[in-house]
Amino acid sequence: MSSKTAGSRLAADVPVETQLEWLRTMQEIRSFEDECHMMFARGLVRGSTHLCQGQEAVEVGACSALRTTDTMACTYRGHGAVIAKGAPMDRAFGEILGKAEGLCAGKGGSMHLTDMTVGAIGSFAIIGGHLPIVLGTAFAEHYEGRDGVSVCFFGDGSTNIGAFHEALNLAAIWKLPAIFICENNLYGEYSPIANTTPIERLADRAASYGLEGIQIDGQDIGLVHDTVAEAVARARAGDGPVFIEALTYRYKGHSRSDPGLYRPEGELERWMERDPIVLHERALVAAGVDQARCDEIRAEARKNVDEALARAMSWPDPAPESRLEHVFA
Amino acid sequence: MTATITYRQAVIQAMADAMEEDDSVFLLGEDIAAAGGPFKLTDGLLERFGPRRVRDTPISEQAIIGTAIGAALQGLRPVAEIMFADFAGVCYDGIANELAKYRYMTGGQVTLPATIRLGNGAGAGFGAQHSQSVENWFLNVPGLKIAVPATPADAYGLLRAAIRDPDPVLVFEHKHLLNSEGPIAERPDVPPLGVAEVVRSGDDVTVVATQMMRLRVEQAAEVLAVEGVGVEVIDPRTVVPFDHETVGASVDRTNRLVVVQECSNDGSWGATVVARLMADRFESLDAPPLLVGGDDTPIPYSGALEELWIPSVDRIVDGIRRTLAY
Repeated sequence: MSSKTAGSRLAADVPVETQLEWLRTMQEIRSFEDECHMMFARGLVRGSTHLCQGQEAVEVGACSALRTTDTMACTYRGHGAVIAKGAPMDRAFGEILGKAEGLCAGKGGSMHLTDMTVGAIGSFAIIGGHLPIVLGTAFAEHYEGRDGVSVCFFGDGSTNIGAFHEALNLAAIWKLPAIFICENNLYGEYSPIANTTPIERLADRAASYGLEGIQIDGQDIGLVHDTVAEAVARARAGDGPVFIEALTYRYKGHSRSDPGLYRPEGELERWMERDPIVLHERALVAAGVDQARCDEIRAEARKNVDEALARAMSWPDPAPESRLEHVFA
Repeated sequence: MTATITYRQAVIQAMADAMEEDDSVFLLGEDIAAAGGPFKLTDGLLERFGPRRVRDTPISEQAIIGTAIGAALQGLRPVAEIMFADFAGVCYDGIANELAKYRYMTGGQVTLPATIRLGNGAGAGFGAQHSQSVENWFLNVPGLKIAVPATPADAYGLLRAAIRDPDPVLVFEHKHLLNSEGPIAERPDVPPLGVAEVVRSGDDVTVVATQMMRLRVEQAAEVLAVEGVGVEVIDPRTVVPFDHETVGASVDRTNRLVVVQECSNDGSWGATVVARLMADRFESLDAPPLLVGGDDTPIPYSGALEELWIPSVDRIVDGIRRTLAY
């Protein structure tokens, strides 16, 4: 990673008050994921879950550069991205708990959080499956003469699957307004990237499609925001897609059954020293924000999560007959 | 007023009329624009509707299907061509995991009015990877509607219905029928998806078939008519939804069922029809239902072998006779 960047900085042209809200959203995602972890331990959640603690700056920084009407697609490690795009946390919890008032009426679950009302068009659980879909949402903007953009989050592992190649190739030749953001957290499931990928810098893959590939420190939310904002401006102007590789780290294992024992000793601790929430808080304080204000916002964020979870827990299960709905329009 | 057109002309006219009617309809696929389609099924449409709406893609089936899904999500009505239906294997994830399940997994937040056209079927010596009846691969994937037109009128009508439909529809166009001719009304009907056509009435046996097999069954019915046997021929036109009512009501009268299909029988649409009929109308049957299909092998290349694989008129006549003699 670009370890020369020791800290993080504030975004260039964004009011400090807005960047304080980013602190709140990052803390909400962190606490949301911590609660999911505990809900699993308590047996309240079915199947599997894929948590994103440590990656919050990528998701919040990127989504902060979007309009609500811009679309965002993400992976099954998507709780953070969907919340960052504006989905309500209580209904996200509700979905993970399989409740009727969950975002997807209890039919999607942790891996498929979707909120079309805020442009969160889906969380996709087949690696690479959503990259081609983003071609279509971006194409529709062109077709209708609008200037919306489509952001696609995916992991480092997705760059080794065929759909990645087809998607970037078509996006490039059709000059689609799509921003491809690779969250490189150094592991594809249980495998370190060096075991599966012959190059270190994934951004270099963009050159195959005649695109610029930008590698950035994904723990620096100001940098993420500014980089994505510039890419979005270019895409809106008709200059075509951009590939951004954000270096980041997931604090938890791949999924609930993975304690992450394959990671070398000390690696997690080194990354936690560059925790994106702490780095952003430091940058805010350095810019003149009171530490107490930051503390207050983070406390509010935790409270918001607690309240959202309590609401979701109080909701009923879906009605039995609802299982037959929503196959066809 | 009716005119005579080919299956190919019907397909082209359906897309042209849909595009004329609705600006949200656009076409994408490999060589469909400048070249007019490998089977000339989009001939003239680029000239008429321009490159915004008729779009060549790279040889990238996953990208084609993904683009169709994303565009449909945004309210457009994409019509994507998969040149040979067999290539659906390349984009099976997009069709089976994304397109089919998207609406359900999101609790009804999205509708996907996407049409996928696929070149289906055997009979022209394309070999094992370019000749299959691929509709069978999707029968166990809820969320897709599947049309299998046999005639020019249905090639037109079912494609129009698919494009208008709010849900994903796979339309399998039979490669060996593209030059076949048939009547079409001046203002053709757009039939609902899921309604079978009783092609020929008869009292002795019900025979269900689609696409090229429907045409061979009609020939077999002529042969048997000479012997005084009344064959009722039913073309379901869509295998999902399947018109079990029309087939069932027919078997209630004839008490005998033969399904003729251009595929191996295990896991096929015909096997589903037989299973359903046995469960629902066991008492109506005077003979075991019969499936006439291809061998349990890949489809061979040699003309001598391929014609043995595909049910022939003789084999169909023989199957019907055996069912009647039971």
